[in-house]
Amino acid sequence: MAWRDRLSDGLARTRQRLGEQLNLLLERGPDVSEAFWEQLEEGLIAADFGAQAATLVVERLRDQATRQALPDAAAVRALLAQTIADMFASGNLDPLVQNPSCALFVGINGSGKTTTVGKIAKAGVDVGRRVLLGGADTYRAAANQQLDIWAQRADVPIIQRERGTDPASVAYETLQAAERSGADLVLIDTAGRLHTSDELMRELTKVVGVTRKRAAAMGLPVFTLLVIDANTGQNGLAQAREFNERLDVDGVIITKLDGTAKGGIAVALSHQLNLPVIRVGIGEQIDDLQPFVALDFARALLSAPATAKASVPRLNNQEMPGDLHV
Amino acid sequence: MTSMFDSLSARLQSVFGGLRSKGRLSEDDITLALREIRMALLEADVNYRVVKDFVAATKTKALSAEILQSLTPAQNVVAIVAQELTELLGSQPVLMQFSQRIPNVIMLVGLQGSGKTTAAAKLAYRLQKQKHRPLLVAADVWRPAAADQLETLGKEIGVPVFRGQGDDPALIARQSVQAAIDDLRDVVIIDTAGRLHIDEEMMAEARAIRAAVAPENILMVVDSMTGQDVVTVVEAFGNELDFNGVIISKLDGDARGGGALSVRAVTGKPILFVSEGEKPSSLQEFYPERMAKRILGMGDMLSLIEKAQLEAEEDLAAGEAERLARAELNFDDFITINRQVRKLGGIGTLLKALPGGESALRGAQVDEGALDRMEAIINSMTQAERLKPALLNGSRRARIAAGAGVPTQAVNQLVKQYEQTKKMLKHLGIEAEQTRSRKNRRGKKARRRTSRHPTLPGLGSLGRGDMKKLEDMLANQ
Repeated sequence: MAWRDRLSDGLARTRQRLGEQLNLLLERGPDVSEAFWEQLEEGLIAADFGAQAATLVVERLRDQATRQALPDAAAVRALLAQTIADMFASGNLDPLVQNPSCALFVGINGSGKTTTVGKIAKAGVDVGRRVLLGGADTYRAAANQQLDIWAQRADVPIIQRERGTDPASVAYETLQAAERSGADLVLIDTAGRLHTSDELMRELTKVVGVTRKRAAAMGLPVFTLLVIDANTGQNGLAQAREFNERLDVDGVIITKLDGTAKGGIAVALSHQLNLPVIRVGIGEQIDDLQPFVALDFARALLSAPATAKASVPRLNNQEMPGDLHV
Repeated sequence: MTSMFDSLSARLQSVFGGLRSKGRLSEDDITLALREIRMALLEADVNYRVVKDFVAATKTKALSAEILQSLTPAQNVVAIVAQELTELLGSQPVLMQFSQRIPNVIMLVGLQGSGKTTAAAKLAYRLQKQKHRPLLVAADVWRPAAADQLETLGKEIGVPVFRGQGDDPALIARQSVQAAIDDLRDVVIIDTAGRLHIDEEMMAEARAIRAAVAPENILMVVDSMTGQDVVTVVEAFGNELDFNGVIISKLDGDARGGGALSVRAVTGKPILFVSEGEKPSSLQEFYPERMAKRILGMGDMLSLIEKAQLEAEEDLAAGEAERLARAELNFDDFITINRQVRKLGGIGTLLKALPGGESALRGAQVDEGALDRMEAIINSMTQAERLKPALLNGSRRARIAAGAGVPTQAVNQLVKQYEQTKKMLKHLGIEAEQTRSRKNRRGKKARRRTSRHPTLPGLGSLGRGDMKKLEDMLANQ
């Protein structure tokens, strides 16, 4: 199954709800009334856009609708995906494309960092990179074992120290080992921490600092990637803001877009913090972590369920993007 | 937007900025205020449909409510909203019920990463403190190393962990009950794998576990950061597994946990516990009122205001306040402050009530006894010494220590703290001076309104950072 279909599948529930809502809007008749805009905003809020981003999307869309004198609600709807896609900050970052590169994964507890590291390791091996994992989560019980299992699945070497070791030193040693072994894709997992924990955030600042410094010495660009659970609500913004302020994050990875109704937080935080989304995790399979294409994401979020599609031919007539997702 | 969180009251204050306190709230006032409330609730991730109903219902209430003269219009609306929220969240704390059977079985379910394993360990710790003999069961056969994690946590709190053989969680669960009987354990806590509510197979697995051990309690663990979809998730879990209570996890962050409200509104299931951090002891009973205020992003500010009004029989005499501001502090003032703090429920309560105070307190232990020891030392001083701490030489200190029944170091430390506090007050005094001059410029009207918000007597200008410093000093004693 093409990844876009899977993304589509993953977002099916959001789509269903949002789609239903939009269809309801269409059934109201072609009039673009005040109530239409209000319900559209509600639909976006229900998809976790947050009140601010939802209002902004509606405002922009309204503005466009007036400028282009869009004839009816269906036409407005056709423009919606593009408007949402335009909300995303753009960026060309991808540690898998850069070679060599080092990626450092940060985020709160349970956001899916370790799993993401495992999936990227596998993707790296698949494109012929020499991958090395670093287990700088020296805090969580059994974090080592979990990462170790992923290392075995992807068949890549891993650097680990016992629980309680200074995570910065593990990062340092990982890079040292990478230099020795000639690894060209270094993936470092860190312990999950709440952005509100000053002490733990300071510790992480050190890990990032040490990694950047050591990597710079070997000419290795470092990508600090924030991993966020797609189920997160508006607190995702607070998380991203704090991590970004402390660590100067390069990009965001959205995980667990599988089967749940969310994803709107990705729009809100990418827009408000100007952070590019570089990957989305859309399933539990090892190759379910995919590059991010804004318009695909927006379309997947919005496109109506199969039955409804027929009634909105304009959407399908639009040119489909080519292989944007190389 | 975070900054907006902290200050729903501030936002409302600005909405009502042009209004003077009136005998009644007009419909326009309320509409205006409810627009802000709506935003606050949405930012707290309360489900938008719940918000809609709630706002409509509250409006009706607010229109007919009697307003309290002692509060501003904004505070009046907040008070009504907070009260309504509290009622919706369940008014009274609900306790977990046990049956007569030994062992009792508790099964934890939830999405991946919601915090089940941690919650299981915390629950075990809590029950152990209540003289139960819990057994933890690792029935998550899917996530790599999940059982190892539970085993490590179990070791840390001294609770045995049953791991079982094979990959059939229902079988593991059944064996664990027998193991509990053999080992004279009276509560079995089963940690199950995280599962998506739409994953039929995994839901069937959970039902199989339930059928195998017939748990007295099935608790659903819900991440406080979950967004709008929490409603769909708990509904699905409710339909599939009929859980009977909820644990809200990760409340130690700054998520306002609006999901709790949605859960309660949609399923009607009680929230039994909130889980707040990494420490095993951080699983606590759920208090609807606190949660309501948290959702509104206002700490326990309102009740603190009320308390302050109630408890401060009389403000410190103006001259005394002036002296404090000039940093002419003596040990008598220490005692005055201490008594004020105690009236308000101790330093911990005070800190928690400040917006953001909950998170500032996290991890830090507040030693309430420190204040009393301090008072004991001061009581052993002569009046002259209290007023002029510079008198305290070595032999005087030794005498005081003997009188208060503490080592001499404690007296030394208190003197040191006194110096620090004095320094702090000097710093605050400058700030207070600046605030005062700003206020003056705003004219009469503004001043009158400002004075409607009573500050803590004697602690008037202490900010959160300063409170933290103060608390650190006390904790170090």
